[in-house]
Amino acid sequence: MAQYILRRLLGLIPVLLGIAFLVFMMLRLIPGDPATIMLGERSTDEQRINLRAQLGLDRPLFFNTTGEGNLFDSQYFSFMGRTLQGDLGTSIMRRTSVAEELKTFFPATLELTIAAMLIATTVGIITGVLSATRRGSLFDAGSMTFALVGVSMPIFWLGLMLQYLFAVNLGWLPISQRLSPDLSRGFQGITGLYTIDGLLRGRPEITLDALHHLLLPAVTLATVPMAIIARMTRSAMLEVLGQDYMRTARAKGLRDQVVVVRHALKNALLPVVTVIGLQLGLLLSGAILTETVFSWPGIGTWILNGILARDYPIVQGGILFVATVFVLVNLLVDLSYAWLDPRIRY
Amino acid sequence: MTTTTSTAGAVPTAPRRPQNLWVEAGQRLLGNAAGRIGLTITLALLALALFIPIVMPYNPATDRNLRLRLVAPAWTLSADEREQRTLSRTDIPFGTDDLGRDIFTRVLHGTRISLTAGVLAVSLAVIVGSLLGLVAGFVGGWFDTVAVWIMDLMLAFPSILLAIVIVSVAGPSLFNALLAVSIVEIPIFGRIARSTVLSIREQEYITAARAVGVPSHSILFRHVLPNSLAPMMVQATLSIATAIINIAALGFLGLGAQPPQPEWGSMLAQARNFVGQGMWWYSTFPGLAIMITVLGFNLLGDGLRDALDPRLKR
Repeated sequence: MAQYILRRLLGLIPVLLGIAFLVFMMLRLIPGDPATIMLGERSTDEQRINLRAQLGLDRPLFFNTTGEGNLFDSQYFSFMGRTLQGDLGTSIMRRTSVAEELKTFFPATLELTIAAMLIATTVGIITGVLSATRRGSLFDAGSMTFALVGVSMPIFWLGLMLQYLFAVNLGWLPISQRLSPDLSRGFQGITGLYTIDGLLRGRPEITLDALHHLLLPAVTLATVPMAIIARMTRSAMLEVLGQDYMRTARAKGLRDQVVVVRHALKNALLPVVTVIGLQLGLLLSGAILTETVFSWPGIGTWILNGILARDYPIVQGGILFVATVFVLVNLLVDLSYAWLDPRIRY
Repeated sequence: MTTTTSTAGAVPTAPRRPQNLWVEAGQRLLGNAAGRIGLTITLALLALALFIPIVMPYNPATDRNLRLRLVAPAWTLSADEREQRTLSRTDIPFGTDDLGRDIFTRVLHGTRISLTAGVLAVSLAVIVGSLLGLVAGFVGGWFDTVAVWIMDLMLAFPSILLAIVIVSVAGPSLFNALLAVSIVEIPIFGRIARSTVLSIREQEYITAARAVGVPSHSILFRHVLPNSLAPMMVQATLSIATAIINIAALGFLGLGAQPPQPEWGSMLAQARNFVGQGMWWYSTFPGLAIMITVLGFNLLGDGLRDALDPRLKR
C-alpha cells in the first residue's frame, strides 16, 4: 500500500509539471502583445515596457543563449522557481500578491463545495435507498424522473430560478453574497469559513446568517451530483437486494431496517463512493458557475473577473491552483477505495 | 436481450436468418422508453433548427421594439393590460426582453445555434480524438506514450475550466467557445478509440477470421470498425449533451456567443440582471430550452447504449 501511494505521488509530478507548462504558455499564446491587451490600446509605450519588464516578457523564453549570464536565466525557469516557492506573481489591477488573494477567496469556495457535497450525498443516498426498497412505487418513479431531469440541469439556470422563487418572490432567503452587509462590516474571520468563524468568535448570529446565505447556492451546486448519486445508489441497492444473503438475513428474523441499512447499504456503498469521488472534482467546475450566479466571492468569480479584466497573473495562479487541487482530490479518492474495499490490493 | 434468448431457444435445425445488426439495434432503441422519448425530442429539435429560419426569418441585429420592453407573457396579463398594449392572448407567449424583443422567437432561433454548435464541437472531437487514439493504439511506442500523457493531462483539468482557459486566450466568441468545448472532449474519444484497438487486436474471433483466410482489410472494416462505432456513437450522443451545456455556460459567463445573437446561454446572462426585479419569464424560457435539449440527448444516449451494447445494460 505504502509503495502504491508513493508510486502514485511520483506519477503526479509529470502531470503537475504539464499543468504548470500549459499555464506558462497561456500568456505567450495570446495573439498580439499581451502588455497592450492588458493595458488597453490607450496605454503609453512606457507603461507597456514597464509591464513587460514586470511580467518578465522581455527575457528569453526557455534558455538564455545570449552568452551573458546563466543559461537558465529565462522566463520559464524563473516562473517555475517562483511557483515552487509559492509565489504566484502580482495582480496587475490591484498590485497585490496573487497568493494572498487566493487565501481570501479559497475558503468561500471550500465552504460552498463542502456544503453542496453534504447535501448531495445525504439526500442522494437516502433517495436512492428509499427508491430501491420501494421499487415501482410512485415515490420511486417520481424521484427517478426528478433525478433524470437533475442530471440534465444547467445549474446556472437553476440558480436563477431558485433566486427568483425563494429570494424575490417568497423573500425567505437572501439573493446573493455570503453575509448580510450589517453583519459582515468589521467581522474578521479566522478560518474564512463563516459558518465556523461565527461560532469560534462567539457570534452565533453570524453562523446563522452565513447558513442562510449558503443554502441556495449549495442546493444549486448539489443538484447534479445529488441526481447522479441517487441513481447510482438505487441501482447498486437493487443489485444487492437480489442476493441470497439478503434472503438469509430476512429469514433469520432481522428487522427490515437492519437488513436494509447494515446488510444491503453497506455492500452497495462502494460504487456509490466511486461516483461521489468523481463528483467531487466536477463540483469545482460547477462552483465557477454557481459563484457567478450568486455573486459568491470565491475562486470561480475571482478567476472569471481576472479573465474579463485581462489580469493574467490572477488567471494563471488561479488555474494552477484549481488544477492542482483537482488532481490531488482525484488521487485521494483513488486511495480511499483500497481502504473501503479490502479486496482491492495494489 | 430478448433476441438472444429467442435465438437460443430456437429449433437448431432451422437457424434464424441473421438480421442486419443496425436494424436490430434500431428496434431495440425504439423498444426502450428512454430511447423513444430521447429520439422524439432530438428529432423535434432538429426539425425546428432546420425549418425555423425558413418559416420565421429573424434578424437579431435589427429586432427591437422599445415600446414593448420587459412585458410578461400575454397569457399572464389581464384583458385591460393586453388592450393597453394592443396584444392578443396568443402574442408574446414567452414575454419580451429589455429591448422589447420577443423571447419566443429568440428561443426558437437559438435551437439552431445550440444544436449546430454542439454537434460541430463533438464531430470535431470525434474525428481528431479517434484518429489520435487509433494511431496511438496501432503504432504504440513513444507516440502512444506521449499521446496518452497529453490526454491524461487534459483530463486532469475540470472540463469547463480548461474551456475557459482556451477562450480567455483566444478571445470570447461563439466559434472559440465551440472550439474550446471540442478540444476538451478530444481525450474522451481518444481513449475510447485506443482501448478498442488494443482490445480487439487480441480477440479470438480476429485470430479465427485470420485463420480462415479473411483478408486484413475485410477484418478491419467488418470486425474492428463496427466494434468501435457503438461505444463512439453512445459517447458522442452523451457528449453532445455536455457540449451544449458547456457552450451555454460559456455564453452565460460572457465568454461565448455575444449579444445580440439569440444564444440561450448569453440570453440568460442578460436575463440575470432582471431576476431581482421579478422578471421571471426572461430567464425561465431560454434555460428551459437548454434543459429539454440536454435531456433529449442524454435520454437518446442512454437508449443507444442499451440498444447497441446489451452487455452494458444494467
